[in-house]
Amino acid sequence: MAEVVLRDVSKSYGPQVALQGVGLTVPDGSFVVLLGPTGAGKTTTLRMVAGLDAPDRGGISIGGHDMAGVTPAQRNVAMVFQQYSLYPHLTVRENLEFPLKSPILRTPRADIDRKVAEVAETLQISHKLDNKATALSGGEMQRVSIGRALVRNPSVYLMDEPLSSLDAKLRSDLRVELKGIQANSGATLLYVTHDQIEAMTMATHVGVLDRGRLVQFGPPREIYENPVSVYAAIRLGQPRINVLPADVFGGAPNGATQIGLRPEQIVQGEGEEATVARVEHLGDQTRLHLTYKSHALITVTDAHTPLRSGETVKIRPHQPFYFDATGARVA
Amino acid sequence: MAQIRIENVRKDFGSFNAVKSSTFTVEDGEFFMLLGPSGCGKTTTLRMMAGLELPTSGQIYIDGEEVGQKRASQRDIAFVFQMFALYPHLNVGRNISYPLISQGMPKAEVKRKVAEVAEILGITGILDKPVGGLSGGDRQRVALGRAIVRNPKAFFMDEPLGALDAEFREHMAEELRALHDRMGATTVYVTHDQLEAMQMGDKIVVMNHGVVEQFGVPQDIYDWPATRFVAQFIGSPPMNFLEFQGTVAPDHAHVSLGGTDFAVPGVIEGASGALTFGIRPEHVRLDDAAPYKGRVLATEYLGTTQIVTFATANGPVKARIASADKITPGQTTGLNFDARTVTIFDPAGRALLSVANQGVLRHG
Repeated sequence: MAEVVLRDVSKSYGPQVALQGVGLTVPDGSFVVLLGPTGAGKTTTLRMVAGLDAPDRGGISIGGHDMAGVTPAQRNVAMVFQQYSLYPHLTVRENLEFPLKSPILRTPRADIDRKVAEVAETLQISHKLDNKATALSGGEMQRVSIGRALVRNPSVYLMDEPLSSLDAKLRSDLRVELKGIQANSGATLLYVTHDQIEAMTMATHVGVLDRGRLVQFGPPREIYENPVSVYAAIRLGQPRINVLPADVFGGAPNGATQIGLRPEQIVQGEGEEATVARVEHLGDQTRLHLTYKSHALITVTDAHTPLRSGETVKIRPHQPFYFDATGARVA
Repeated sequence: MAQIRIENVRKDFGSFNAVKSSTFTVEDGEFFMLLGPSGCGKTTTLRMMAGLELPTSGQIYIDGEEVGQKRASQRDIAFVFQMFALYPHLNVGRNISYPLISQGMPKAEVKRKVAEVAEILGITGILDKPVGGLSGGDRQRVALGRAIVRNPKAFFMDEPLGALDAEFREHMAEELRALHDRMGATTVYVTHDQLEAMQMGDKIVVMNHGVVEQFGVPQDIYDWPATRFVAQFIGSPPMNFLEFQGTVAPDHAHVSLGGTDFAVPGVIEGASGALTFGIRPEHVRLDDAAPYKGRVLATEYLGTTQIVTFATANGPVKARIASADKITPGQTTGLNFDARTVTIFDPAGRALLSVANQGVLRHG
């Protein structure tokens, strides 16, 4: 496996700026997740690394080799797209074998069989190996296309929202599986998603992209506990962080215009009164929708709280985040 | 507004039985969720309530009147589909007023009603705009406006948020629920998303293979599932199932898992054979002194909490614990289960009645 380095990469499509001066190192053996809403530049970044697009400015290297002018095939990367693309006339087994049968690789038959069986097992498609690819459900087809990347031994895996078309149960199983495969094999993985659960649970590092710029890069815990901006703070955490005018609770530092409060940064039972607007039972926890000085905020409480809407609860900020007018963190 | 009562409703499509025998009641003013995986019969049930399909047998009452064999147009309900269809050549105001104009309502009244609905939905500023250039959220609001403006007895919605991305879906879910709280209209809502159902619903019907598995308020269904299906369909991660061979007799308040005794709520009915010990991840506690051991397979960081997967003698077990607790994959630790929250399932996957769940389940 290999380290991937992006140096000051910019890319525009006509007047549309997709990436602006992105510098990023994907360490060897890491699981890097690029997170951001539609249009942030996640997929563009992935396509550059794959060689499907060339940067306007800056450079990319994989395993210490500069990739300028290197074709996708020569880069030895395995890419999984959001939309699965399988050979419809082949069976699942033949689809999975295909990358190994490349004349350059000359993989022995026994190795192919072993690898295919292993991957099929991991992805829970062993019983479908002899089905035609077209006879599968969407979720199964997507697992086969992930499998086709996993049978290979590339320098880096590139995945573009590979789980977004799967149902919740399978998605949660595959999160654990993918993370396990990556951790055990030491593979380098660059993964794009707008699903924060995937980012938090799988990533060794998260890169937060905002309109073509990389605004924060670090372990998920660091981004959650120490976000550089409102934008980064909003990307992780459910319910999302509450952002209110800085002075609503008093005691805001100089330059702060906004206060950021995650549920664990709101102490209940002390401080000032807020009104319960709605109580939302999610099972393992209950969300309280509160109104405080005409501002709406959401926090989390005990699953079996006796609180009802219309009642009041006291709240007090506890080690909150403060942001300035541009959204940058000041405290 | 209206109470809707479903009694022994069955629907066959040729030889395929889509809905077996459903019975439940939607009370006046409730936000009511029909929840289940695809193919479970939830949409068919909604379509029968709306009059878009006629039941093969059974009765449907709206405000006490039996409407089972009546057409949709005679039921005075409004249906909001997953793919909201707007008239592309009309502007926002005309899209909303269309149902009223086609009823022959006087112009001045139409104008007043449209203004009122636009106010409720916060779209007063775009009434003159063509629908073509609208954002997804505004299109959805216009579609809702067209349903609300008729002032129907009930709203029926079939996965109205299904096509939206996660962030926006959460926002629209909140907006829909707030709208319901302001209007108080009986709403029946179909979804396959358990979180959406828990979040928005006053009551939930959980369906699987054409059968109503459970019907009740969200927290009760979460705490005291009637079947293994419900226990694993609701909750993320789902309830842990520790499978064991054994017998529990009535009045027993403990079971043995791999030689370790665990207290459980006293069961009222007994069972024997392949039983399941069900425990939610947040009720699994780490305790070095506990004799029942688990080896850490994986951890998943979630911000406030983390999910830890253990290998145990009875299969994998997930625990939800504070993310501040330090856990290393490979380490072995003792596990305890909060005895008050355990559900035992019989070999058919049905929850045994216990002193804890009898108030919720009372089946039989």
